[in-house]
Amino acid sequence: MSPVTPKTGMDVLREKKLARKGGLGREHAANKIALAILWLAAGITVAALAVILIYVIVRGIGVISPSFIFTWPHGVNSEGGIWPTIVSTLYCTLLSMLFTTPIAILAAVYLAEYAKQGRVVRIIRFAADSLASVPSIVMGLFGLTFFVEAMHIPMSMLSAAMALTLLMLPIVMRTTEEAIRAVPRYIRWGSYGLGATKWQTVSRVVLPTAMPRIITGLVLALGRAIGETAVVFYTMGLAINLPLLPTESGRSMAVHLYLMAVEGINLPAAYGTAFLLMVIILALNMGARWIAKRYHRRMETKK
Amino acid sequence: MSDSGNKTGKLVMVSRATQVKEAALATLFFICAFVAVLAVFLIFAFVAWKASPLFSQIGLWDFLTGTQWSVEDNIYGIVPFLLGSLIVTAGALIIGAPLAVLTSVFLSEIAKPRVRNIIRPAVELLAGIPSVVYGFFGVVVVAPLVARAGGGAGFGPLTGWIILSIMIVPTIATLSEDALKSIPMGIREASFAMGATQWQTIYKVVLPAAKIGIIDAVILGMGRAIGETMAVLMVVGNAPQLFAGINAPISTLTSQIVLGMSYSSGLHRTALFGMAAILFLISMALVLTVRLMARDQKRKTKKKDKRL
Repeated sequence: MSPVTPKTGMDVLREKKLARKGGLGREHAANKIALAILWLAAGITVAALAVILIYVIVRGIGVISPSFIFTWPHGVNSEGGIWPTIVSTLYCTLLSMLFTTPIAILAAVYLAEYAKQGRVVRIIRFAADSLASVPSIVMGLFGLTFFVEAMHIPMSMLSAAMALTLLMLPIVMRTTEEAIRAVPRYIRWGSYGLGATKWQTVSRVVLPTAMPRIITGLVLALGRAIGETAVVFYTMGLAINLPLLPTESGRSMAVHLYLMAVEGINLPAAYGTAFLLMVIILALNMGARWIAKRYHRRMETKK
Repeated sequence: MSDSGNKTGKLVMVSRATQVKEAALATLFFICAFVAVLAVFLIFAFVAWKASPLFSQIGLWDFLTGTQWSVEDNIYGIVPFLLGSLIVTAGALIIGAPLAVLTSVFLSEIAKPRVRNIIRPAVELLAGIPSVVYGFFGVVVVAPLVARAGGGAGFGPLTGWIILSIMIVPTIATLSEDALKSIPMGIREASFAMGATQWQTIYKVVLPAAKIGIIDAVILGMGRAIGETMAVLMVVGNAPQLFAGINAPISTLTSQIVLGMSYSSGLHRTALFGMAAILFLISMALVLTVRLMARDQKRKTKKKDKRL
């Protein structure tokens, strides 16, 4: 993630007027048309985002009030707020964060710093890529059969958190590994030169240097986990409950939104839930961007 | 790349205790990395295990080629869902892939930094929107529009295509932009120096050079589309029937699993796990294809380098 995109080769070419915009006659026309199509494609992409965002915001913002956020639903969920679903969502995603962070970071440390680049690393990378591409419904069924049925953990925050960990693991592993690889080599040499062991170098020099980018990756993965529906559906349950213990079940915001949208009894609540979900995810996205930007600026001033 | 650590980090001058500690840590890190391998293995093992009665009780052939799905009669043929997934995915790719690739070309070749700084975050944000929100948007906005334009309830392949094509744009665009960015500047400069226009350079030089990377991006986008669950479930209408027009409800592998799981038991459940196993195998096959293509590419460039 690069908030302030560095100048690319294309930018330089363009500045020096080396990239030819036009041509002769027909070439010129073809070029114009092609560039227009490229602009159009980018425009459609942005427009799609804008339409979804604006729609959810316009329909949702009127529903939001302190009582919508902080009260329980009543009746057949046709009135009231969504407080228990907010708590359930944050509870299980933060719990899964707790599992994911150490495993993913240490795994990335292994891949980037310790492993000999050979067959073992290839297998681990392939496994991580596969894990990232497992359809979420398959992950959900696995969570149900493995954590709930085989390990006898009830449908709960804990089961959902463990299933979500599998979802977030490859994402965080990849971003962390990239972050570690981006740490300049001479910094390591300096550390080794002072007599530090490998672990000292990794834990006190490499990881702190890579930390902003690692956090960016974590925050983005958190966004994925908060919006995840199918996995949570089969591991957390559907009952509306305010969880205290990790072994209690609940209903996440995403699942609530799904059920509200399908049942159609309380569309305002669905709009409100969608709005809150989007606000959380937008905030996480911007947070990640902000961290990356700050880091970028710090590096610039150091130069 | 990381051999820097391996060579310089030899522990010769430190005490025995430190050496043991370092070795123990290295083992711990390896175990953490191995979690990913273990997870993939367990996922496949458990899903396949739950699906295994299928071989004796339904028969693999009847399961894969049966066109009828009826829980009451205990008949489980998944052709309608295989076709449903195929139709929904193909349509989403036909709309979404060109849109995404063109957007990535725009980002890497045309956009000035200021424009890029608006469009790239937008693409990243599209990737961050939860699939249930896409589905909800499909239900309350797209489906009514489709219904007004084409009749019916608005739930069917067409609505699925529209929603899903937007969903796969960020997956394909990000990866394809990476591929385009990795093409050395020199070949663009050479093209411009020959008097080619920007479009000629893109079309005749940059795109062919980045071909493999772009195909990889589309394949991974396809994986995303096949495996997408909630959004598809909410907009395709869910009827276990063969394709009957772009506005008639259909079912896909993913949507049928969710619908069935809530009340399934016995053989029905086995069949649903069989569908999950097939989804898993498809996604693995796609990842493997990308891997093999990348390796092939590497080998080819190595050969070329040798010749030079």
